Amino acid sequence: MPDETHNPTRRDFLRATVRSGALLTIGGMSVAMFERARGRDWVWQIDPYKCTMCGQCATECVLDPSAVKCVHTFPMCGYCDLCTGYFEPQPNSLNTGAENQLCPVGAIKRKFIEEPYFEYTIDESLCIGCAKCVAGCTAFGNGSLHLQIRRDKCVDCNDCSIARKCPARAISRVPADTPYLIKDGHPH
Amino acid sequence: MSRKTPVISFFAGGLVLAAGRAAWAIERFPPPDFETGHQLPPTERTAGNPGWYDALDITVLFAALSVGAWLVLKARSRKGVVGLAIACLVYFGFWRNGCVCAIGSIQNVTLALFDSGYALPVVVGAFFLLPIAFTLLFGRVFCAGVCPLGAIQDLVSFRALRVPEWLEQPLRVLPYVYLALAVVLAATGSAFVICEYDPFVGIFRLSGGVAMIVFGVVLLAAGMFVVRPYCRYLCPYGVVLGWLSRASLLHARIDPTKCIKCRLCEDSCPVNAINLPDERVDVQANRRRLVLGLAVLPVFVLAGALLGYGLASPLSRMNTTVQLAERMHAEQAGAVEGVIKETEAFRATGASVTRLYADALAVRRRFAWLTPTAFALLGLMVGLKRVRLSVPAWRDEYEIEASRCVACARCFEYCPHDARNVALLQQLTAEQRDDPEVVALTVGGIDR
Repeated sequence: MPDETHNPTRRDFLRATVRSGALLTIGGMSVAMFERARGRDWVWQIDPYKCTMCGQCATECVLDPSAVKCVHTFPMCGYCDLCTGYFEPQPNSLNTGAENQLCPVGAIKRKFIEEPYFEYTIDESLCIGCAKCVAGCTAFGNGSLHLQIRRDKCVDCNDCSIARKCPARAISRVPADTPYLIKDGHPH
Repeated sequence: MSRKTPVISFFAGGLVLAAGRAAWAIERFPPPDFETGHQLPPTERTAGNPGWYDALDITVLFAALSVGAWLVLKARSRKGVVGLAIACLVYFGFWRNGCVCAIGSIQNVTLALFDSGYALPVVVGAFFLLPIAFTLLFGRVFCAGVCPLGAIQDLVSFRALRVPEWLEQPLRVLPYVYLALAVVLAATGSAFVICEYDPFVGIFRLSGGVAMIVFGVVLLAAGMFVVRPYCRYLCPYGVVLGWLSRASLLHARIDPTKCIKCRLCEDSCPVNAINLPDERVDVQANRRRLVLGLAVLPVFVLAGALLGYGLASPLSRMNTTVQLAERMHAEQAGAVEGVIKETEAFRATGASVTRLYADALAVRRRFAWLTPTAFALLGLMVGLKRVRLSVPAWRDEYEIEASRCVACARCFEYCPHDARNVALLQQLTAEQRDDPEVVALTVGGIDR
């Protein structure tokens, strides 16, 4: 029995039309995409001037330890003996004793340069990105210590799970060819 | 030359703090001039993945899709598809950490369409478009084993409990809702919910939040008995591929000239994708139902639009700008006591509150038209689904429903025309070969 709802040629024609239309759209979209993108890629980064050192970078990253590390802009540093990023608020003495250190994992190395200056470097293999040192340095020092998402650690989640929680909304997509927002000492 | 004792200036610095947070810019301790000529170490800028990773990902995706199409349509090999699934699970899942994926790329594409400041990265565009192009040509070979989420679920499934149609149909509406929500939230720059609630990315990375891992493990546990629960009842990209595969050039099909109606494929299909022949269709009643179904379609669209209208405001609270503006307003009006970290951080930036309110209003306006539009489309889809359900199609043969078939290739092994089975069947007499019951027992007897 001939039946209008069961007409393979018409169905096939409809399918072919939809298919060609969709394939053409894809072609158009690809061209438009390549035109606009120009190879642009994005990575997540922290704006250190927005960061409030809440400490969630250490806990919200999908990685453990976090891809967020403390970095040091040495030209901004005062090379203080009493470094408030290195020492507890009331240190027993100004030496490298664990009880005096602010860093919970001992990731900051203190090195004597010359009287009265000390240099502080971060061991990123230990750093967990908790921002305790950053808070200390920013509150009482020059603010040369700050947090950055390390490109060699970050797994480039399509949606950064720290960015979702960041109260200061300091984490955003930045162009991949300039992936860092490292403090340079000038106000933004 | 400055030789100030830092210990003394530390206290002075403490006083400066009282001037407020913006005091970071003040050089409390001038950087020293070293007499020993000490060189300042550079601030390291470690590099990430090399750029050619993107090209490699796109190449592997294209190759995997091609191999998948060949395995499903030409080789018709379940073993091959399993091998492909393992390979893609290892590469896209465990090695490349499951990101970026085609499912999540929906959000990037949406964001790029709505936010002129965001240019779509080429690799993300390729992950969005390549599976679509392959689906239009070869059916859902991407779902079969290339998608790491599909692959991990397919590999853990060892029993396929049949979900009854009365439950399957309503559950299949969930991906539409998920897609509508994801598009609205991505278009407004609020959230990437598909990524936030990705069940398996935590397993791929072997780290992640407890909720994420638990969700993934629960889905995998369920997937052991109900094949591919995420693909069927959640995946928003599956909605897109499902619709497009209806128009596909060459998806897996049953050859009516060879089919002996043994129903083994129907038994083997874990996703209810084999449609049974139904010749008892009443054409007159069908036509009536079709007209009626199309006539009530506007009701579904309107219901969707109304639902979207109601959801616009609650959904907009998922946007951080709206959240912040509402809280700031409440704090300023004295409706709430105290401050939270977010408002504290906002005040510290010294940004204009008026500007924040204007931004939040702009976001809200976007939600106000986007949500009803997306949900009206959702209503249309559900309405069309209803029409399809109430108007049985005339079928005198077994057919594979392209929109449901994820090209897992299980049915091929059961088909008496599979090379292995042909050898088995040659042991039978001619009469026995004509009896579907005997054929079924011979081919699928052990597995059934």
